[in-house]
Amino acid sequence: MRGAFFRALLELAEQDERVHLVVGDLGFGVVEEFARRFPKRFLNAGVAEQNMTGIAAGLALSGKIVFTYSIANFPILRCLEQVRNDVCYHNANVKIVAVGGGLAYGSLGATHHATEDLAILRSLPRMVVVAPGDPVETDAATRAVTTHAGPCYLRLGRAGEARVHTGGIDFQLGKAIQVRDGKDLTLVSTGGMLETAVKVAGTLHRAGLQTRLLSMHTVKPLDSDSILAAARETGAVFTLEEHSVVGGLGGAVAELLAEAGEGVVVFKRFGLPSTFSSVVGTQEYLRAQHGLSVESLEAVIRSTLEKNRALAATSRS
Amino acid sequence: MRTARMIHRAKSSHLGSAYSMADLLAVLYGRILRIDPKQPEAAERDRFVLSKGHACAALYAVLAERGFFPKDWLEDFYQDGARLAGHATHVGVPGVEVSTGSLGHGLPIACGMALAGKRDGCGYRVFVMLSDGECDEGSTWEAALFAGHHQMDNLIAIVDYNKIQSLGTVKEVLDLEPLAEKWRAFGWSTREIDGHDLAQIEETLTSVPAESNKPTCVVAHTVKGKGVSFMENKLLWHYRAPDQEEMTKALAELGVEQ
Repeated sequence: MRGAFFRALLELAEQDERVHLVVGDLGFGVVEEFARRFPKRFLNAGVAEQNMTGIAAGLALSGKIVFTYSIANFPILRCLEQVRNDVCYHNANVKIVAVGGGLAYGSLGATHHATEDLAILRSLPRMVVVAPGDPVETDAATRAVTTHAGPCYLRLGRAGEARVHTGGIDFQLGKAIQVRDGKDLTLVSTGGMLETAVKVAGTLHRAGLQTRLLSMHTVKPLDSDSILAAARETGAVFTLEEHSVVGGLGGAVAELLAEAGEGVVVFKRFGLPSTFSSVVGTQEYLRAQHGLSVESLEAVIRSTLEKNRALAATSRS
Repeated sequence: MRTARMIHRAKSSHLGSAYSMADLLAVLYGRILRIDPKQPEAAERDRFVLSKGHACAALYAVLAERGFFPKDWLEDFYQDGARLAGHATHVGVPGVEVSTGSLGHGLPIACGMALAGKRDGCGYRVFVMLSDGECDEGSTWEAALFAGHHQMDNLIAIVDYNKIQSLGTVKEVLDLEPLAEKWRAFGWSTREIDGHDLAQIEETLTSVPAESNKPTCVVAHTVKGKGVSFMENKLLWHYRAPDQEEMTKALAELGVEQ
């Protein structure tokens, strides 16, 4: 995703001289080309994220489109009040980009796990929260946040994720992409879990469960129409994110379904518990530890549906 | 005078903080800033950022005096449904560049504005008013380091050094001395002045940047609650709103006929 982001950003900077990139002394090997080609629109603010974000707001209030860039929680939590007051309150045209969303920096430890970001940023007024699912979505998301006037958060994974979308996509902020259709259940995925979600949906499909898969690249504003249609049409909704189960995609969908009055819907959130990881490991290892492997997800979805069917049968009899 | 009435009516606070910078604001808005109340968003305007947003009553008063908005807006300051909030707010208030209130935000934003001006080749200057208390904030020093490094000679920081912060004197809470030397060490051209000597303020702010290729820091020695004898240097007036009797006394001391 990182490569796709920078390729798109370079193109956008070529087309629009308002585009600026402000980094917090991170991005070795990836920011240099932007700095070389657009030296007057590049800035390394140093290891000082509060100032980086304030500067970005000041530049944006002077007519620029400003991308701030760092890894994991540094560009958002370290400077959260600057994000809230300087960026969101002023409706400043700042796009915050974090590489290493979720457990991408797994082995680096809990300081580098960005696992509450969606929940926290989702609660800020005016903030658009985007977590693309693959490099194709990342390219489209980078262009979409540049066009959107106002604060955006772009949560990227790492470098080298597989391309999930084989053809072109219709990417609109706040509008889910339906990756496949199905009538038995819906799996809603955000961010880098998309590849896993495709595999889970494929496995379930082969086992006779026709699975609708939505890539919910925009967590806020949430595409409530797609979710409610999925609840009505498939009766079961599962959310999947590399994020705490508190307040992220799963939280947002739960809020929506609880208030929607769509009748009884089977619903479950897949994500991380609200704890700090106590084991050391790579992204893949930590995902598996937390039940986010293809096998585990498939098994839990099947058992949840079976349990529910059994319950429904009991209540009918 | 208007500020005292606003705070009295509203039963709000921070009168002492407003009065310590009132002379600085008067010179800035009277003689220094290149601004046009009729075009508050003109691209070439000088920017003024009130980083110590809690003292906004004085800013609102001076903006109204300069004609950025009608003076009657001041009358319901801080009250239910009013236009003007208890911390500097840009929403719907012409002339307020940036909303502040949480300390340590103004200087970084001002750095961004000054950087945009430099890179765009615009001649505007950016002035920031800081409190001494917010020199406790790390973000202030992140920005100070940045501005010095980037030789931002279109940026002028004024520290309203009234030497009293929220729970005590600066010396007791977190001593800033030697304050001017700290700014100098961060790459700023620094001057220390009497923040109530109008001629000295004007002379200092007219000759910025004090050195080329350096941001300017003016450490203005001020008196909290300046102008009203019973408020001067009193921590209480960081919080207290004057009652009717105190208002009468204060306005008399300020030379206002009632």
